[in-house]
Amino acid sequence: MSKLRIRVDQDKCQGHARCKSLAPELFELDEYGNAHEVGDGTVPAGLEDKAWLAQTNCPEIAIEVTEE
Amino acid sequence: MSDSPSASFLPEHPPVTDWVHDFDHTDPVWTDDPFPIWETLRAASPVVHTERFLGCYMPTTYQAVKEIAYDTEHFSSRRVIVRDVRPEISARAPPITSDPPEHKPAKQVLLPPFTPDAMKRLEPRVRAICNELIDEFIADGHCDAAARYTKHIPVRAIAHMLGIPEKDGDLFIKWIHQILELGIKDENEMMSGVREMTGYFMAHLEQRKLAPSDDLISQLLRAKGPGGQPLTDEHVLGSLRLLLIAGIDTTWSAIGSSLWHLARTPADRERLIAEPALIPTAIEEFLRAYSPVTMAREVMKETTISGCPVKAGNMVLLSFPAANRDPAMFPDADKVVIDRKENRHAAFGLGIHRCVGSNLARMEMQVAIEEWLKRIPDFRLDPAGKVTWSEGTVRGPRQLPVLFGKNA
Repeated sequence: MSKLRIRVDQDKCQGHARCKSLAPELFELDEYGNAHEVGDGTVPAGLEDKAWLAQTNCPEIAIEVTEE
Repeated sequence: MSDSPSASFLPEHPPVTDWVHDFDHTDPVWTDDPFPIWETLRAASPVVHTERFLGCYMPTTYQAVKEIAYDTEHFSSRRVIVRDVRPEISARAPPITSDPPEHKPAKQVLLPPFTPDAMKRLEPRVRAICNELIDEFIADGHCDAAARYTKHIPVRAIAHMLGIPEKDGDLFIKWIHQILELGIKDENEMMSGVREMTGYFMAHLEQRKLAPSDDLISQLLRAKGPGGQPLTDEHVLGSLRLLLIAGIDTTWSAIGSSLWHLARTPADRERLIAEPALIPTAIEEFLRAYSPVTMAREVMKETTISGCPVKAGNMVLLSFPAANRDPAMFPDADKVVIDRKENRHAAFGLGIHRCVGSNLARMEMQVAIEEWLKRIPDFRLDPAGKVTWSEGTVRGPRQLPVLFGKNA
């Protein structure tokens, strides 16, 4: 399986926090509740499904998932 | 505005016969079962119009709703309720009634107290509230779940956050009824609710200035607005008005609709009891299928939405609930699929006005359903009773008679 990388577009994120709820290992929230990818956004092996789950449940389509 | 008090009592709306050209979200048919109406409207056009409410559009598709929610240039939030009248704008409730650039700083002040972490700290109190309520009726084997349970959870939770007595909840419920339901057609009820609420909070503001604490009212008084200045009393009062109006009958409705669904759907009930880890996913589906909140915008400049021209001076009924039933966005949109995997529902809005209390609402819904199912796993609608739904901007059961225990 190819490596995944995630990125939260800060212009689009409105803090629905669906990603944090579905994939807490991959996202963190700031003091306003807006989401950021953990570290450089590399998705550890085994968490790929959670990355896609977060991506497909973001109402603002703010999460990009790229395959490397 | 009216010249005399009696002139503000507007005539009852005539019944709707042509939904596509004359829709009315306060019509009893809509209140009872809006879903087939939305289907009819969506089949006719992505944007429909009515001459009622001094002229109002309604986007009927997810796409059209999204275009309007994202377009703060042509659509203002200064009026967020579609009503029969358009009085001078007086009682603001920032940030819900704010447009850019005022919106962002007003919203940022409110965001930190409502993060998921902050809600985790409130959760034990909400769990206790739910159990206190259940204790009062569980031995009876029947109850009106709206009047005895769902109605009281959000009001007590928000009172707890604000640092005001939970027993004042009945007052809040009265003001909300005056502003959100009676106020659509009756200006006097609206203003009387706003006045009483403002007086009540002003007294609490003065008290906190003398003796600050850690509650949300004190936090707002300490908060700095743009330019580092403290917020004005008017701003703090407006935001408190918002928290009360937006935070109570909305979640009351969402919990009520979820219980209504579970009362009628034994298979979903049994599955959630067997797999409690699925409850958060099911909550998202209840939020999609039974979204309680319809917002509004005012058209400021002519533009087109999904190819349809919209003209300034009209209101827009921004129906997130109808968007969430659009089959172009959600497969099996009219079915409740409690393990739905992809669910970009817009129950809390889209764009900059995303509901500031969404994390609170989700926590309350989850805790309320968990505690109910733990103690009342088997329940059904009471065939001798009648389920009634609220009218207008927020939709949810206001009477929800159920049988359980010895009567289940």
